[in-house]
Amino acid sequence: MKHKIILAVVICFFLSHNAWALSEAFKNNIYNPGKLKPVDSVLKVKLGDRAPDFTLKAVSGRKISLKDYRGKKNVILSFVPAAWTPVCSDQWPGYNIVKEVFDSYHATLLGISVDNIPTLYSWTNQMGKLWFEVLSDFWPHGAVADQFGILRTDGVAERAIFIIDKQGIIRYIYVGDINKRPPLENIINELKKLP
Amino acid sequence: MQKKSLSLAFAVLLFAASLAFGADNITPQTGGIFPAVELSKPTDAPHLKYLGLSGGGTFKLNQIKADVLIIEIFSMYCPYCQGEAPNINRLYKTIQGDAALKDRVKIIGIGTGNTKFETEIFKNKYNIEFPLIPDSEFKMHKVIGEVRTPYFFVIKLKGKKPMEVIYSKLGALESHESFLGLIKSAGLK
Repeated sequence: MKHKIILAVVICFFLSHNAWALSEAFKNNIYNPGKLKPVDSVLKVKLGDRAPDFTLKAVSGRKISLKDYRGKKNVILSFVPAAWTPVCSDQWPGYNIVKEVFDSYHATLLGISVDNIPTLYSWTNQMGKLWFEVLSDFWPHGAVADQFGILRTDGVAERAIFIIDKQGIIRYIYVGDINKRPPLENIINELKKLP
Repeated sequence: MQKKSLSLAFAVLLFAASLAFGADNITPQTGGIFPAVELSKPTDAPHLKYLGLSGGGTFKLNQIKADVLIIEIFSMYCPYCQGEAPNINRLYKTIQGDAALKDRVKIIGIGTGNTKFETEIFKNKYNIEFPLIPDSEFKMHKVIGEVRTPYFFVIKLKGKKPMEVIYSKLGALESHESFLGLIKSAGLK
């Protein structure tokens, strides 16, 4: 039995490695929370539901409501857990170079985090000039994440993607392992399916 | 008893391997040896030809037909790599335009944590002509000490002999003149 435990521990150690690569853009300013429980919430919405409406303040200073896009654009909601952490810092900068791809599917992107505006401002400044709105779900804390059922028990959101069509209906839900970035093709392949 | 000893021996072997190849790997520095890692071959004919490879499957860097290889460790999710892309394109064009260098010095990008789809996005966005190899499982990234990006290595290729590192640096490249000067003096002698 003892040998089996040793073997299991060693195998876990051997297989474990970071599933992220940090850009030099963030220097030594990234806090590593370690490996977290992959998913720690229970969804409150499902495919085909009308997406819960919300209004949040953006880093740009604007107030953004989901209903503003109704009849105009498909919307990709990208929830990330926390600013200044490894995987989150390694996600939105990639979305920043695919505006044309999203445009071709009549889709826009809204980034959402439970961090406050000053934190999001300084963090996203390291990513270069972002073309999409970054929204703060700070107060009431994580209320929008909670509406969707992706607020974790420690107060941060899951790493989640929702695609909402022009009629406001949820067409894609991804709530993945918080420790890993979802491949970009997941989003693009789902956008291709929209009418 | 014998079975227990075998499983313990296996565990010790794995532990040793994990130390050798784990997250504690040290980034190869100038004068050091670059690790041999298997990567997926490019799937398009021009890039296979550029690297002197053929067929499908995997390859090791020492199979590339060149004397010197410039390796950019990048990610499509890295803002600095995005900013550096036009600069590396200029370097590639300079090398390709120099008859003394074009067959001896090659460039590849290794997309850390990037899928093939994601490296294609990066390639198309910045019109990159040299091969970009996906490292979606962080295989290469792990054995080179999980460097931040962009990170540049220049290595000397000597057939089956160990690959010697002649440049190892985090961040944007210095001027092309001094960089190519280093390659000519240390790599092509």
